[in-house]
Amino acid sequence: MFRTAHPTDRVNGAASSSSSSSNHAATTTIHPTFNSKLVKPKYQHRLNFYSTPPTSEVTIEEFETWAIDRLKVLAEIESSSARNRSYAETKEVINSQLKRYLPLSANTAASKAIHLDLERRKDHVSHFVLRLAFCRSEELRRRFVKAETTLFRIRFETDDTLERESFLKTLNFDWQAVTLEEKNFYREQLVSVSPRIASTFESETFFKVHWTRVTDLVERRRVFVRGGVAWVPMKEQSSLVLAEFQSRLSRDLELTAKALPRLDEDDRLLPVLSHLSMGFMAGISNDYYANASIAADGETVITADMVDSLIKRHAPMCMRNLHEQLEEKHHLRHYARLQYNLFLKELGLPIEEALIFWRRSFSGITDDKFNKEYRYNIRHGYGLEGRRLNYPAKSCARILTQDQPGPQDNHGCPFRHFSPQNLSSALSRHYSLSVNEQSEILSAVKQGHYHVGCTRLFELTHSKLGVKKGEGLGNGESVSHPNRYFERSWSKFRQVQGEGEVVRLEGEDSNQGEEKVKEDGDHQVDVEMLSLP
Amino acid sequence: MPVASPLPAARPPPPEMDVDLDFDDEQDRDAFSSLDERAIEVRESSDPMSMLQYYRRLLPFKQLFTWLNQDLSHQPSRNFTHREFAFTLQNEAYLRYNSFSDADQLKREVCRLNPARFEIGPVYSAKPKDRKTVQKSGFRPTFRELVFDIDMTDYDEVRTCCSGKGICRRCWAFIAVAVRVLDQALREDFGFKHLLWVYSGRRGIHCWVSDREACELADDARKAIVGWLEVIKGSSNQVKKVDTSSTGGGGMGNHPRSLHPSLRRAIGGDGPASGPLKLAFVDTVLKDQDCFRSRRHWETLLQLLPSTETEAVGRLRTKWESSSPHSERSSLEKWSDVMEAAHRSGEHRSKSIWRPCLEDIILQYTYPRIDSEVSKHLNHLLKSPFVVHPATGRVCVPLDPEKVADFDPESDCPTVAQLLRELNSWEAKNGGGGGKPTSNMRATTASRANHSARKAGQGGGADNEDDDDDDDDSKGRTSASSPRQDWEKTSLKPFVELFQRHCSAIVKETRQHRKAQEKFSIDF
Ligand code: SF4
Ligand SMILES: [Zn+2]
Repeated sequence: MFRTAHPTDRVNGAASSSSSSSNHAATTTIHPTFNSKLVKPKYQHRLNFYSTPPTSEVTIEEFETWAIDRLKVLAEIESSSARNRSYAETKEVINSQLKRYLPLSANTAASKAIHLDLERRKDHVSHFVLRLAFCRSEELRRRFVKAETTLFRIRFETDDTLERESFLKTLNFDWQAVTLEEKNFYREQLVSVSPRIASTFESETFFKVHWTRVTDLVERRRVFVRGGVAWVPMKEQSSLVLAEFQSRLSRDLELTAKALPRLDEDDRLLPVLSHLSMGFMAGISNDYYANASIAADGETVITADMVDSLIKRHAPMCMRNLHEQLEEKHHLRHYARLQYNLFLKELGLPIEEALIFWRRSFSGITDDKFNKEYRYNIRHGYGLEGRRLNYPAKSCARILTQDQPGPQDNHGCPFRHFSPQNLSSALSRHYSLSVNEQSEILSAVKQGHYHVGCTRLFELTHSKLGVKKGEGLGNGESVSHPNRYFERSWSKFRQVQGEGEVVRLEGEDSNQGEEKVKEDGDHQVDVEMLSLP
Repeated sequence: MPVASPLPAARPPPPEMDVDLDFDDEQDRDAFSSLDERAIEVRESSDPMSMLQYYRRLLPFKQLFTWLNQDLSHQPSRNFTHREFAFTLQNEAYLRYNSFSDADQLKREVCRLNPARFEIGPVYSAKPKDRKTVQKSGFRPTFRELVFDIDMTDYDEVRTCCSGKGICRRCWAFIAVAVRVLDQALREDFGFKHLLWVYSGRRGIHCWVSDREACELADDARKAIVGWLEVIKGSSNQVKKVDTSSTGGGGMGNHPRSLHPSLRRAIGGDGPASGPLKLAFVDTVLKDQDCFRSRRHWETLLQLLPSTETEAVGRLRTKWESSSPHSERSSLEKWSDVMEAAHRSGEHRSKSIWRPCLEDIILQYTYPRIDSEVSKHLNHLLKSPFVVHPATGRVCVPLDPEKVADFDPESDCPTVAQLLRELNSWEAKNGGGGGKPTSNMRATTASRANHSARKAGQGGGADNEDDDDDDDDSKGRTSASSPRQDWEKTSLKPFVELFQRHCSAIVKETRQHRKAQEKFSIDF
């Protein structure tokens, strides 16, 4: 198999080094040789076959956040298939995810409000970042290709017909349209393969492709094949395009994997990339929101110092309650420790930092006692002792139904396990909710819809970030896991912050802001990193 | 290599040899005397000493090498060096993952092991013999001929002359039409050029497609071809095994019946436009095999007729049941009864109901029945051409697809014993075995001039004078009439020559491909 190097493969390095080091998306560098092909705007088409890597500078921040946004979409695609959603259902869910995380508008939709180039650049860059993250193992490559192909299919199907046609023209598929003479000469054969087209034969277009591109059609004898060339009717076009997309992507990923060692030179990217791929490996989409969102903090490590502010800003009430109790009493009982420890673990708090956090919090006891009675316990929760199981953080369902708290206990779910009075006072103490707001929550709780109450609290406390009633954690999703609550809150915050607004959440102390000011030089990612073959 | 002394005319058979006599075969029992002779022939042929002689002096290793190597003989490529060979020894031990650097090494090992047969597998990413030293992921099949296997046992429900392991000239006709149809589909539909058809030595035929593109096909593409070529489906307890209305190009709903062009070409139109299947249906199924004579068989036919036409089918049943044993209607007559029933149903029903159904019946009785598992996987092992079938002593000889119909597996295929006798008598006539040193490793094209016009051979060899051998070989030629190779002295000759021409065409294409690539890289 031979692959001739695309001219752009080499151009990118030059493009990047010759460009000025700037921090913003607006400064894209187009290499001179591109001018003949790529006139402004840079991205003529909404759809992208990702055959050439981005040629513009990317900031570290774009590198991470864009990748994470794309990852969310891909994750949802994976979980859709895991949940056996039909294609139509998947399409609907993904389209709404796309609107949020990775909008891609048609040329006709261009307006002041929609920056086509920016959208397309984000799509382009994020795809290539994820390639780097997912080319490392056969398994990751397979899953990435599958999810990306589905994503492409959804976009392809929603594309404007004319724009799609002109996009396809740019791909240089070596499929060739069957000429009118040929078509008429083989009329009988073509019609006998697909009798349905008999009435529309005159207007029907056929493409010639090598038969191995349409093995599914060949296997079912659903296509006319002559001399190794399959004559595919227009209506089967999308299966052709998708097969092409898929095979090119798999091929490119393998090439990227081979070239990847070059990337090791840049130690700023590796942790980000491995986090991205680890999250994907974890399987269920939601599982890596935690990793991914924390990873996106720029540093992959959460420290003991950060726990307090993170919890107060983003944690659901059950965890907030445990945290407050811990602060107040310098102690938590067994089930409370268990619930909180696993929550923090899943948040991404490393074991060393967890031990520091717990040691500090249990301030009333000696080191000796701590080491004897609690250390093992905490490490056990991290799967480092005893049977070394990887205990998952407890979901709402488990918190609500298992290990019911006794009179001395603080664990559980406040919506369920607090008396209405206690719940009400906690809501006003921690979240300063008005009476009206409280009564909504309390009435849901009264009917036993604890998670509805919790979800409403999320909406209310994130209203300044643009969360409206009924949106829940996003797309109407209700709370089902404390860690999901945390992640959505966190990413909502990041999202808004990324847009440059400084927003403070309810209940947040005014002096809490742990963002680091990075030096400008550190923000630049050498675009060459994205230009692997 | 020393030339072995001629064998004695007949050796007592070694008692442990399994000669596979097929006593349950009716036809064989009728011709018991010929069976006797044949059994002796088999024993002689599969005798280890005969086998060794055959490997040493007759099996065309060099051509085998060129065929697999797909390139000039002095340039062993990965296609040969990374190729798996598997040996079945005389004691049935099975040795896999052998590989060899060239034809000489292969021949040496074959002569050392003296196997009952050997098989050819795929080219791997590493040399099969080194597979334990490479990483598991670094050892995978990458390249192999696309292969097909047609076995007569799959035709038991449609043939009446033999069953099981038996085969005769009459049922060979089914193989002949299968070859015709498959050969055409592979060439015309898929554009393959280098197809080698090889008699399997007993009751079937193999096809090896050596086109580079075919060799590079992944399993899913091989599976797709199998799907394309698989028309007859269903187990033995299913009567109707062909349903073209559901297997592509079907006439569903309001659409008129339309048969996929590949199947249409095989069946053909009416009268003189008849395709190979229709001709075979009349000649073989109706006339020769008389497939619908017995009650069991015509019951099957009735079940295959349109289920909606109960009245017409009922009339046919009454007619066939009432005929007395001596005036029993032949299959040909029964078929014309069916045609008449179709006719009488009126033009519309005859066209839309009867015709598709009758075409399905033709497909069911004549369309190639391939062993799909053999073809689906890149890493399947298949018996090499020119090895000997242990149960018949016959050499697995390549056949010209145009002439497969004329081939009689029982009389046209040389056995090892026969070849050794021919060799002996040639040497007796021409001054014995000491005439000149023989090297099987050096083939020649010189003998093409006195090419004997055997059925399986093709006309001449004029198209490829310079292709398969390099110059060093042709220099030493003496004259066209004095054979240099032992196989030229026997009836193996036309088969080796056919094979040689096939290899030349492959090598030629490889060369052209290489030239084109060199040119491309210069241009680039
Ligand atoms: S509903 Fe679940 S996540 Fe929300 S507070 Fe209760 S336990 Fe925590
Ligand atoms: Zn027979």
